[in-house]
Amino acid sequence: MSLKIQHFVIFVTIVVCLSCRQEQQTVTSITGKELLIHEDLPASDSIEAFVKPYREHLNSVLDSALAYAPRTITRTDGELNSSEGNLMADIVMQETNPIVIARTGREIDFVMLNHGGIRSLISEGDVTARTAYEVMPFENTIVILGMKGKAVRDLVEYLVKSGEPHPISGLQVRIGKDRKLRSFQVQGMPFDENKMYFVATSDYLAKGGDYMDFFKSRDTLINTGYYLRNAMIDHFKKVDTLRASVDDRYIRID
Amino acid sequence: MERRSFLKHTGATSAFIGLGGLGLSACSGSGPKHLTILHTNDVHSHIDPFPEDHSAFPRKGGIARRAALIEEIRRENPNTLLFDAGDIFQGTPYFNFYGGELEFKLMSMMRYDAATIGNHDFDNGLEGFLAQLPHAGFPFLSANYDFKDTILDGLVEPYKLFQLDGLKVGVFGLGIMLKGIVNDALYGETRYLGPIEMAQEMSDILKKEKQCHLVVCLSHLGYEYDRGELPSDLDLAAATRGIDLIIGGHTHTFLDRPVVRKNKDQQDVLVNQAGCYGVNMGRIDFYFDKTGIRADGATINI
Repeated sequence: MSLKIQHFVIFVTIVVCLSCRQEQQTVTSITGKELLIHEDLPASDSIEAFVKPYREHLNSVLDSALAYAPRTITRTDGELNSSEGNLMADIVMQETNPIVIARTGREIDFVMLNHGGIRSLISEGDVTARTAYEVMPFENTIVILGMKGKAVRDLVEYLVKSGEPHPISGLQVRIGKDRKLRSFQVQGMPFDENKMYFVATSDYLAKGGDYMDFFKSRDTLINTGYYLRNAMIDHFKKVDTLRASVDDRYIRID
Repeated sequence: MERRSFLKHTGATSAFIGLGGLGLSACSGSGPKHLTILHTNDVHSHIDPFPEDHSAFPRKGGIARRAALIEEIRRENPNTLLFDAGDIFQGTPYFNFYGGELEFKLMSMMRYDAATIGNHDFDNGLEGFLAQLPHAGFPFLSANYDFKDTILDGLVEPYKLFQLDGLKVGVFGLGIMLKGIVNDALYGETRYLGPIEMAQEMSDILKKEKQCHLVVCLSHLGYEYDRGELPSDLDLAAATRGIDLIIGGHTHTFLDRPVVRKNKDQQDVLVNQAGCYGVNMGRIDFYFDKTGIRADGATINI
């Protein structure tokens, strides 16, 4: 009985295969195009209805206040350093240090990010998780680089030469009226050419993004896997009032 | 004698008729056949349309609109296949909140037929991907990620065969080198195999052994590279034989139309990529006939 069914299955399989094999289909013409998904297209009701509860939950969480900013924080309020740049670099320093200490027993010496990476200002008023998504839409993680000697000097030279207030923390830089480097210190100590410094930055910059090639001349790289945006959100949750200002970490002296 | 008892078996008889019917409808369509392939890539968790004030894509995209358009195209031509070339995950809070669950569920509702794995699909690690797999009602295909020593062992196939209206379509997936762009811990013991070599192996299996009418590659290699340190889709097209269509991703390349390249045998290969974030969807239509015209004599209207 089972044998007969087996035979039958084999027979049907052969019939189906034979009928398929006879098809000598060849491509005669091909058309191809890109379809733009634009605002005049109708939307699927079932998909809309399915997404709705997810969207509402997400929005309620994203828009709930985590902290309060008494003044607008922006990257454009200072020439050599800005309130928002300082805030970002300080957040990276404060929020990442415990992770780095736990993993290496060492502290971060300084932080450097890129001015262009700050994508939005932080408006006066409630600060939410959405704020963090606006400021940092990229999926960048914080990495720690072991750098010494020439690489650190190149970093500072780049900062000075760029003319941009790239966010820094733990670094004190002085330039003259001629816009040439006068001095720089790390954590208030004079620069030591032979010391290995722990520098925190983003994975994007560590790969040489924004032409920060000095980051490629490093001795070690530790990827914390910690998203810059998550560091911001964690920081917002810890503080009631979000304050940031232009200060003297990078200034021009006479 | 055997035949008589065979026919007496009513269950088997009805099965025979059923299968026979299937065989007929699957293989005997006499007129020219028409296959539509729709594809997305690098949607990156973009479910809602972009807002009015977005600098690059104001009011564009949106999964509900895409779903409606796909349904409309399917009504016109039921012989439609829908693919994604990777980086489904990461890019909006939907991913951070739900870990890709919503993306997979929506793609299943839209009846995606297959997808390949992009580098960002590893962003929550192999565990994060595995956790969402039950929500995906479509297979993930990769011929050059070897997951044998990982928790994804047996869950990702190199290729899949699709049979529509008597047409046999073979589809395989390719992924980019993970080292350097994905944190090592996230992809674990996943082994990266040479994409060009694996593509040729797949193409040979699908075209020669499986007798496919069409071979499609879902690639997350990237469209083109200046420095050429990694193989791109254009490199892949030129260095292989047997592939008809390369559906690309990774480089977020917006093309005005698909491009045509010559393969190793000087035959045409189509390469397409649909930008990113669900702003574009690619559409390729293949028309077949039994006239015996050689495949490379096809007219390509793009």
